[in-house]
Amino acid sequence: MLEDHAKVITVLKEAGEVTGRKKLQKIIYICKKLQFPFNEKYQFHFYGPYSEELTLRVEELCNLGLVAEVKESKGNYYQYKYSVTDQGTEFLGHYNLDFPSLNECILKMNGESSRFLELVSTVLFFDKLTKDEVIEKIQTIKRKQNYSSDEIEEAYAFINGLNSLLQ
Amino acid sequence: MLERLNEEKVFKDPVHRYIHVRYRLIWELIGTKEFQRLRRVRQLGTTYLTFHGAEHSRFSHSLGVYEIVRRINEIFSQYDGWNEENRLLSMCAALLHDVGHGPFSHSFEKVFGFDHEDFTRMVILGDTEINQILRKVSASFPEEVADVIAKTHDNKLVVSLISSQIDADRMDYLLRDAYFTGVSYGQFDIERILRVMRPGDDQIVIKQSGMHAVEDYIMSRYQMYWQIYFHPVTRSAEVILSKILHRAKKLYLEGYSFKHEPKHFHSLFKENISLEDFLKLDESVVMFYFQIWQEEDDPILRDLCERFMNRRLFKYVEFNPMEKMNDWRELYDSFKEAGIDPDYYLEVDSSSDLPYDFYRPGEEEERLPIHLLKPGGDLRELSRESEVVEAISGKKRTDHKLYYPADIIMQGNTKATRRIRSLLQLD
Repeated sequence: MLEDHAKVITVLKEAGEVTGRKKLQKIIYICKKLQFPFNEKYQFHFYGPYSEELTLRVEELCNLGLVAEVKESKGNYYQYKYSVTDQGTEFLGHYNLDFPSLNECILKMNGESSRFLELVSTVLFFDKLTKDEVIEKIQTIKRKQNYSSDEIEEAYAFINGLNSLLQ
Repeated sequence: MLERLNEEKVFKDPVHRYIHVRYRLIWELIGTKEFQRLRRVRQLGTTYLTFHGAEHSRFSHSLGVYEIVRRINEIFSQYDGWNEENRLLSMCAALLHDVGHGPFSHSFEKVFGFDHEDFTRMVILGDTEINQILRKVSASFPEEVADVIAKTHDNKLVVSLISSQIDADRMDYLLRDAYFTGVSYGQFDIERILRVMRPGDDQIVIKQSGMHAVEDYIMSRYQMYWQIYFHPVTRSAEVILSKILHRAKKLYLEGYSFKHEPKHFHSLFKENISLEDFLKLDESVVMFYFQIWQEEDDPILRDLCERFMNRRLFKYVEFNPMEKMNDWRELYDSFKEAGIDPDYYLEVDSSSDLPYDFYRPGEEEERLPIHLLKPGGDLRELSRESEVVEAISGKKRTDHKLYYPADIIMQGNTKATRRIRSLLQLD
């Protein structure tokens, strides 16, 4: 029961705190692409892979009191911070979820900006294309984000780094 | 230049009155076997077991989305920059956006671990009649259509016609689903919305004067989600459907000998489904198997299929996982003790287990919101202008329900069944 919810709590528990909805979306997408067993369905949106299912799941977790959401005004937009509550920790105790290397991957991702994770998740979304094709895609569909060649190279290196954590 | 038909063709449609086809390309796409297959895939899956009118297909919805995009094209043709290429691309993408949907998509995708969007792409790019017709435009045209549907095309404006928070897909399915389920709250003034749509840089925008028509659309969407899409009886049918698929897959993988070999399911069970196999699957095929599995030796598969075919669905109770976490474990054990396999007869279903989405203002650039075009040319996000929309796009209502076979539980008179009744507060 609610095992998919427990997996999301696990990510937040490993991270300590995640700042930004976009960041949380991308972290779980990247985890999924790294073959961690997340079941949320993602589609490509204006800002890269996005899961409505995950958004709803996080809302449910907040409504149940398992996850704390703090909303901060940033002028022309709001930013949200997520962390696990005591009840969430207790809830997690009912499950026996153990994902080797998840902690290292989450910490590595949580240290990056949401802009960078958007790029990483976009690269992973097009993982069936060649590197040149991916670069071309990013330069056309992510034109406004204006990612530099260095950033794209960093994204590839970052993915390699994550994969090496799993070996 | 698009080749026009000698004479315009029309389909009579209960939602849009007529679907107009003027181009040979569109007419030929509709005639392909991959598109005709959509006649045998219901738009609303198991909803027909709750609202008996909901027998409409993805075929009629796809035609409806095409018709809305065709009308938007007529309006946009008066604006500079809206060219023949956009027209062609948007109409083909609208028509084909659901062509990768299989039978009872949601449950099948969850159980067998695939995504209909991948199949949409394969139908458009693979060895299919649709691909052959699209290639008549150019060798790269199928790829362009697939990219628009996957939202990975660089022309964001064309993409937004098919998928954004106010797109032709949603407008058609809300109106069509309301019509066929027989409810009145899915209605909104589509004519007005189409009249106030304008092409923006990256997406459709709505003239400020059209805000109230859009409010109505957002309210319809909200009502339809809770009244139709999240209906607990439909969810009960989905639960049973998923359990059937899980059971059949498990039996197959364990080497169970089916009385009638489910060859249409073999590659699904092995999670290695080819496009060819996928296109052979539709709801008539699935219902055939469910019909004959009612005579299987396996008691669980037989019973679940009888339930689905004869609408003997699971009952439900509200279930707060925080308050009932300990009850859950006890329920699970009591089901086992009573000889009722909890893996097939006990389920907690959450609103996030369903694929429908709400309007979101797009905080923190999660997804693009609806923008209103102010008289001076500025854009404002809808919920910042509309109190009605703001009220329903804030904190969301979520819910969890526990499903169980009431008939078995109520008949039993063992200690375990009495305990189950007590835990579910059925006595």
